[in-house]
Amino acid sequence: MDCLTGQTMKFAIALFSPPHSPSSRRALRFAQAALSSGHEIVRLFFYQDGVHSASSSVVSNQDELDVAAQWRELLTTHQLDGVVCIAAALRRGVLNAEEAERYARNAASLEAPWELSGLGQLHEASQMADRLVCFGGN
Amino acid sequence: MAKSLLIISRQAPWAGPGAREALDIALAGGAFDLPIGMLFLDDGVFQLAPGQQPQSLEQKDLSANLQALPMFGVEELFASQHCLDQRGIRQLTLPAVCVGDAEISALIDRYEQVITL
Repeated sequence: MDCLTGQTMKFAIALFSPPHSPSSRRALRFAQAALSSGHEIVRLFFYQDGVHSASSSVVSNQDELDVAAQWRELLTTHQLDGVVCIAAALRRGVLNAEEAERYARNAASLEAPWELSGLGQLHEASQMADRLVCFGGN
Repeated sequence: MAKSLLIISRQAPWAGPGAREALDIALAGGAFDLPIGMLFLDDGVFQLAPGQQPQSLEQKDLSANLQALPMFGVEELFASQHCLDQRGIRQLTLPAVCVGDAEISALIDRYEQVITL
């Protein structure tokens, strides 16, 4: 709940920066805070270098924040809609099993609950939400 | 009533996929008949400069995709006059409205949502 108005909000969250950038950490913390305050996240949309935060191939040091693992946990726990832009992901080597097979690549690094889809999903989310909140743009 | 979106494109066309990816958001929105505006700012104004030679970089020309904006119904195009002047760009490949710094904040205010890439 919003402490000022008592209203809950619907957020669409877009992430553009790579996993180790401060803005990616902020996006994760924002999403966690929004949910724990009773707000709704209609969709997470990862675009540009943000696609790497959905990758299951990122290995973080044991004593450091594992952004990808925390996103995965957040998605699973709250059954969030997590969409990774397919064009941006293919360009950066983040493929699910289906795309790895289609392009004859030997590694798939995107797994459920993440989905690969197009930019229409970003527009749809921003239309459904009260606020589109972007992290890591230029 | 669909929410309006302003895309602020700040990357030079050959500085990586940033410019193309900003443009793709605009084209996708246009394809869904959404009210989309695009503002070229900072090095983003280089996207509007004529006479680009992408062959030497073995990349596809972004100009063709930019020309598709009006066809996709994205007709609200703006470029920062200050950024154009700084970079010596006098001729534009798209019919963008050149706006002064003071007008930019009013322009951003007109849109319900903003994405800066």
